[in-house]
Order: sequence, then C-alpha cells, then structure tokens
Amino acid sequence: MMKIEQQTTVVIGIEHLIGRVEQFRKGGYRLVQVNCTKIGEEFEINYSFEKDYRFENIRIIISPDSEVPSISGMYWGAFVYENEMHDLFGVAVKGMNIDFNGNFIKTSIPYPFRNPQFQGEGPCQGK
Amino acid sequence: MSRKIVVPFGPQHPVLPEPIHLDLVLEDETVVDVIPSIGYVHRGLETLVAKREYTEYVYIAERTCGICSFIHGMTYCQGIEQIMDLEVPQRALYLRTIWSEYSRLHSHLLWLGLFADAMGFENLFMNAWRLREFVLDVLEETTGGRVIQGSCKVGGVRRDISNERLAIMAAELTQFEADLSDLSDVFLHDDSIQSRLVNVGTLSRTDAYDLGAVGPVARGSGVAIDLRKTGYAAYGDLRFEPITETSGDSYGRCAVRVRELFSSIDLIRQAIEKIPEGDIEVKVKVNPDGEYFSRSEQPRGELVHYLKGNGTKHLVRSRIRTPTLTNIPPLVKMLRGCELADVPVIVLSIDPCIGCAER
Repeated sequence: MMKIEQQTTVVIGIEHLIGRVEQFRKGGYRLVQVNCTKIGEEFEINYSFEKDYRFENIRIIISPDSEVPSISGMYWGAFVYENEMHDLFGVAVKGMNIDFNGNFIKTSIPYPFRNPQFQGEGPCQGK
Repeated sequence: MSRKIVVPFGPQHPVLPEPIHLDLVLEDETVVDVIPSIGYVHRGLETLVAKREYTEYVYIAERTCGICSFIHGMTYCQGIEQIMDLEVPQRALYLRTIWSEYSRLHSHLLWLGLFADAMGFENLFMNAWRLREFVLDVLEETTGGRVIQGSCKVGGVRRDISNERLAIMAAELTQFEADLSDLSDVFLHDDSIQSRLVNVGTLSRTDAYDLGAVGPVARGSGVAIDLRKTGYAAYGDLRFEPITETSGDSYGRCAVRVRELFSSIDLIRQAIEKIPEGDIEVKVKVNPDGEYFSRSEQPRGELVHYLKGNGTKHLVRSRIRTPTLTNIPPLVKMLRGCELADVPVIVLSIDPCIGCAER
C-alpha cells in the first residue's frame, strides 16, 4: 500500500522568517527547497525543510515591492534558490552570500515569470 | 602567495554533456574558489502550466529530462493524484516502481560510461553503454519509448505488462546481473580508476547535509537520505535500505552508483514477484484544487514537483526542484582546494543534469 507523506505548511509574517528558519537550522533540519508562486498581485514564497523524512514548510506572502531577507547565512546553499527567485520573478532578496545580480539564470527578457507573456498559440481554454 | 588567476570552465567543455559555467579562481594549479552560473538552456517549462491542461502537462513534465523522464512524469502524476485524493490501483503503482528502477539502471549506466570516458577509459565506456542497451530495450518493449516513455498518466499508467513478459524480464535479469558484476569489478577495484578518484573532491558528511546534498552525492558522504524510504509508489511494500559510502570522495559517489545498480535489480525482482492483478488506472473526473509537494528519488537524488491547482484545468503553479540544482552548492565545496586537472572528474562525479536543473 502506498504511503502518503504528511506535509505541513505554516503561513508566517515576513518579519518572523529569519527566526523560524533559525529554529529549523538549530533543530537539524535540511533545506529542501525555496519556491515562489505569483498569486494575483502577490508572491507566495515557500521554504521547505526535512528531518528524518518529516517534511515541513513555512510560507510568506509578500507584495511585489517587498524585500525578502536572505536565509543563506543559515543555509549556505540557499543562494541557488534565492538567485533563481530573483532572476525569474524579480523578487528582491537582501543579504545573499553569493549575489549574481541577475546573472545566475540568463534569460532573454528580465524576470520572465513575473508577468509571463506567451507568443503564438494562446492558452488552450475550453479545448 | 601566488598570483590569483580566473580560468573559465565551460559552458562548452569536452566532459560536459550539457552547459554549466564555472569561474575557477586558481593559485598555481590549486582551485581556491569557484563561482557557478547556469542559464544557457533555460526553457521556462514551469510557465507552460498556463497553456496546457493538467492532464497534458504530464508530457511536459516528462520532457524536463531526457534521462529520468519517466520519474518526472510519475512524480507529477503522483502530486496531482494526492491533490485529488485519488486511489491509484496497486498494479499501476508496481508498474511505476518497475519502470522507475529500470530508469535508474539506465541512468547510472549512462553516467558510468560518461565517467569512464572522462577518465580516458574508452573500453569501459563502451562496455557500460553496451549493458545500458539491454535496459533501454526493456523500456522500449514495455512502454514503447526508449527515452520518453509516456506510460504514466494521472490516475495510473497507460500500459500493462503481461505476467508472461514480467517473468521473462525477471529471468533476463540473471545474465544482466552477471554482466554488471564484471563491470562493477573494474569500477571498484581497478588501480587506474582508484588513482583518479580516491581522495579527490572530498565532501564531509556534515558539509553534505548542511549544504543540502541529495542522492548519491549525499549517500557517498554517509548521509542516508533516500526518498524511496518514504514509501511512495510500491516502495512501501519492498525491502530496501539506502546504499551509503563514508569516504565522501569521487570514488565514494561512484561506488554508491555501482552498488545501486544491484539494489535496483533486487527491487525489480521483488516488484515482479509481488505485483498484484487488477486495473491499471482510475478515471479522473475533476480538476485539481489544492497543493502538494510531490517528492521522489531520481537517479541523481531527491526530486520535488510542487503543484498548486485552483479547481480549473490549468494549474496555478508547477515548480520543479531537481537534484542537480541543489547539488551545485556541494559541488562548489568539493572543488575548493582541488587541483585544476581534477575539476572535470569532480564535476562529473555529481552526475550533473543541467537540462533538468534549468527546466
């Protein structure tokens, strides 16, 4: 029988982000991923952690002009996710340990996921 | 102290099948710092959820990677099924497990061949790929595709494998395993290979965990993370322990992959022995409304498909976090302090799949 993984997501304010990540760090969790989703005019950013196959997420919801504090001081490898988030969505991240200044992922148009534009065929609504 | 110089490595380099760029900061022949950059093959696949219905997106998810395409498709389907609370038939879960393990066999053999080629061991390269052909033949016979299988769908699988064919597959594994033993002896015991790999690109257990290493990169440093232990698909019914090595060097990562070949054969045999009769799919009638982080163990490590739906045919978000992306920070750590001549072997030792990482 397939086992279903239990997953928890807690929404927190941006001002509590560093404190919560520090708790995960001290608790021996590894950083699984950071991702960004555009919902309407806001961005939803998920930070995922795991320890002993226990998977936990924290989420912040920010406006497009907000600046997110970097967690790369606690999780050194977070720079790949934070630079990616900046290069694709245009989310400003403050204090990254390695800041590529928009050159980590080279795209022909800046911040392509911020307001995706499709060329040619339109969305296949109703097909 | 010597003068520092910067040597660009990639995006075009004889050992790189796909483009990644590393700025290597050198003091004499020693690498003292590394700055990676990607973005040469970014395809923006994740935004295509706005153009394709969630049932069509399976084909795009599969095309994220040309090596572990089946596992991408399965992980995506698994995520949608969790959002919909679908109960997939057991036989479909076993078939997914069998194809996943054949994908792992083919991926590891591909990597072993490329690794041998990077060390100038042409004969070993050809032998690894000769054995890989057997795996690709099985995938082609059972799914219809060598590279993109297209056999997974939301709610189950598209094709069944007859019990007679499964029995033949189990029997054929005996000769395949014997051939693999000969190959693995060379990778694990040959002096020329050991001289290129032992104590080269060492990553400590603590660094591997702290930097978020996954897959054989983590297990080669003694971190026993393997998502198959979470019991997705049919793995919960099969006996299995993660393969680990403790050396943390390029040899350790190579040894993990070699030993995982035999572990995959064992898992396929168990799955063939236990596969139940029954349907291979359930009909899907609603649209996904909710979110899920679908996780699986790719040949290169932990794969995450984050999926979010809003009750329409189009998902709001698909985010694919591939193992190569998260293995870049550990790679930077491995390269610091190494000799310039060892850089190609160390880069290859993480089994980089840049097409996957860039999506």
